[in-house]
Amino acid sequence: MSKESPTNRAINSLADIKEYRSMLSWITSVDHKQIGIMYIVSAFVFFLVGLGLALAMRIQLMVPVSHFMSPGTYNQIFTMHGTTMVFLMAMPLLFGFSVYFVPLMIGARDMAFPRLNALGYWLYLFGALMMYFSFIAGGAPDAGWFSYAPLTERGYSSSPGIDYWALSLLVMGAGSVATGINLIVTVLTLRTPGMTLTRTPLFVWMIFFNAFLVILALPALNAALVMILADRQLNAHFFSPAHGGSALLWQNYFWLFGHPEVYILVLPAFGVISEVIPVFSRKVIYGYGFMAASTVAIAFLSYGVWIHHMFATGLSYVILYVFAGSSMLIAIPTGIKIFNWIATMWGGSIRFTTAMLFATAFLIQFTVGGLSGVAFAAIPIDWQLTDSYFVVAHIHYVLLGGTLFAMFAGTYYWFPKVTGRMLSEKIGKLHFWLMVLGFNGTFFGMHLLGVAGMPRRAYTYLDRPPLGTLHLISSLFAFVLALAILVFLWNVVRSLRKGEVAGDNPWGGWTLEWATTSPPPVENFDRVPPVRGRRPLWDLAHKKEGGQP
Amino acid sequence: MMERNKMGMTLFLLSEAVFFLLLILAYAFYHTSGELGKQAANALDVVKSALFSVALLSSSVTLWQAHVCLKSGGRSQARLWLAATILLGLIFLVGQGTEYSHLLREHVTISRNLFGTTFFTLTGFHGLHVAVGLALLLILLGLTELGTAHEPTSSAMEAISLYWHFVDGVWVVIFSVVYLWEYV
Repeated sequence: MSKESPTNRAINSLADIKEYRSMLSWITSVDHKQIGIMYIVSAFVFFLVGLGLALAMRIQLMVPVSHFMSPGTYNQIFTMHGTTMVFLMAMPLLFGFSVYFVPLMIGARDMAFPRLNALGYWLYLFGALMMYFSFIAGGAPDAGWFSYAPLTERGYSSSPGIDYWALSLLVMGAGSVATGINLIVTVLTLRTPGMTLTRTPLFVWMIFFNAFLVILALPALNAALVMILADRQLNAHFFSPAHGGSALLWQNYFWLFGHPEVYILVLPAFGVISEVIPVFSRKVIYGYGFMAASTVAIAFLSYGVWIHHMFATGLSYVILYVFAGSSMLIAIPTGIKIFNWIATMWGGSIRFTTAMLFATAFLIQFTVGGLSGVAFAAIPIDWQLTDSYFVVAHIHYVLLGGTLFAMFAGTYYWFPKVTGRMLSEKIGKLHFWLMVLGFNGTFFGMHLLGVAGMPRRAYTYLDRPPLGTLHLISSLFAFVLALAILVFLWNVVRSLRKGEVAGDNPWGGWTLEWATTSPPPVENFDRVPPVRGRRPLWDLAHKKEGGQP
Repeated sequence: MMERNKMGMTLFLLSEAVFFLLLILAYAFYHTSGELGKQAANALDVVKSALFSVALLSSSVTLWQAHVCLKSGGRSQARLWLAATILLGLIFLVGQGTEYSHLLREHVTISRNLFGTTFFTLTGFHGLHVAVGLALLLILLGLTELGTAHEPTSSAMEAISLYWHFVDGVWVVIFSVVYLWEYV
């Protein structure tokens, strides 16, 4: 495109776009690219905070009967770690990628509702700050990231932490619903001519269905949150068994939100992987139709499995069997995706760039997390292992080894587009290997800890082999993981200053975001290339050679 | 393809529907599991609430009329219908207020028992939605008063109408569950 647009040829970095130069232009921005960047940067800052909290926990658990921190502090730290990583890091990170790339990939100038887009970001940021304000306002929330009743009732938790938790999640939840609506309307109304829904890149397709999960799952959390606030602030009795309320009602409502939430965090990662693997395998995605349909199946099924978080609460066998069955069903569409990605790589001329390495590690680690998930759908295994470190290992294999690795793949893939500079491949590979080592070293042993009977969320443990050894190994590797993140940070800072200039399309990508400058100008495109298939840039390149694909 | 603002509002209402569904389910859950039904029958005045409900439901009709008039260019008529809609919405809110004050005088509060907890949370959130709807309608009315240059777009009108009809529809469900449960 730059050939036809001499004015844009000068854009090689964010500093070249004069509209982005003042601080005010960022604060008042309704540009989806600026908002996307702000989401991603904020999410990364909260990631560092959440990582710090995790390291504090690993220091506490390094040796048996440790007195590094008090049990009360430990409760606050694991609660804030989970809440931060899910709501303040992962969701905004995914929203950042979504609002940045969805308009570009469908050839649009901006989101359908640019101001609503900005509102979503600022609600998130101030909600997140309010969550952390609780530390100086009398104590952080301390009932875990899913805040089981009745621990959240006033009688059990008198500090204002839970109130801050509920209020700030409500604020952020409103922002998330706004962004979800915005993404759906954007995909439905702003696609460039020729791009039918079934020609959208899989990333867009998955974000589209993900947005439905967001707008239908978040209100379940919001309903539960207003109920908990009524209990705490107005002495209502929704979740207080002493007054006839039901603690299980909270669990039902929370997981009715919470399980779709898991897919909200995973589907965008699937989308990123579905872009990265074909480009670096130089092959069309294998089974686009099955990829698209299995996404819909996952989104649909995710509403019918929440009871598997509650197998140990004494529900009737009939209910348990139904939900065990539905939980196992999810393995089918997910398995389809894994096999399709492998089939895409099969026989391709694979380039193992850092992005591709992260995508490959995602495939393996996510499969491990998926398999331990299927194991949990078997009721006796769940009864044995629930609330143990096996669960901690499972969730981290899915969300860290899965989602976060995929987002790093996406970061290495799209960093050139967003900033105009390549990330260093050399430092990137160091980052990758340190991260694989650190992640697996930290969390693989947790499977064994769980089997050995270590309960999650316990602030310390007695010196019974093998607990001490396994915890020590886990803690040491956690520092390797943290080191990997520092290496990444160094890579970003270094590449922004003197990274190789990326050009429009450094990887030979086929989707529309590569048809404009890096970074894209304020208006995104001078002219959107014609879309006659799923790989418009491939079509464009090969039309010149005379052949019609 | 549906117009953008209408589509956004429809999706928002889909999300709101889940929110209300869960509050209604919480009410129903405690209704079937305890003394809540008897407490409801003792505390609530069905006839009075039914009258105020009629006001709210007829406001949907007047808003529809306002919309029809605006489309055919009858601006002054549209303003009258809009004002009638706001008045009917206000009557409903006043009705809810008198009901609340009556209940509070009888010491039926949100913290008294599970009936109070679920009843006030559910109807309170509905009342809040009516109040928001009234604010939106007042903005619409204000814009039509300002003359042609500021006249609300037909898509704004349609989006706000969707919201108002939704809030009315939710009330039909809440009224049936909370007030009429004893009679089925």
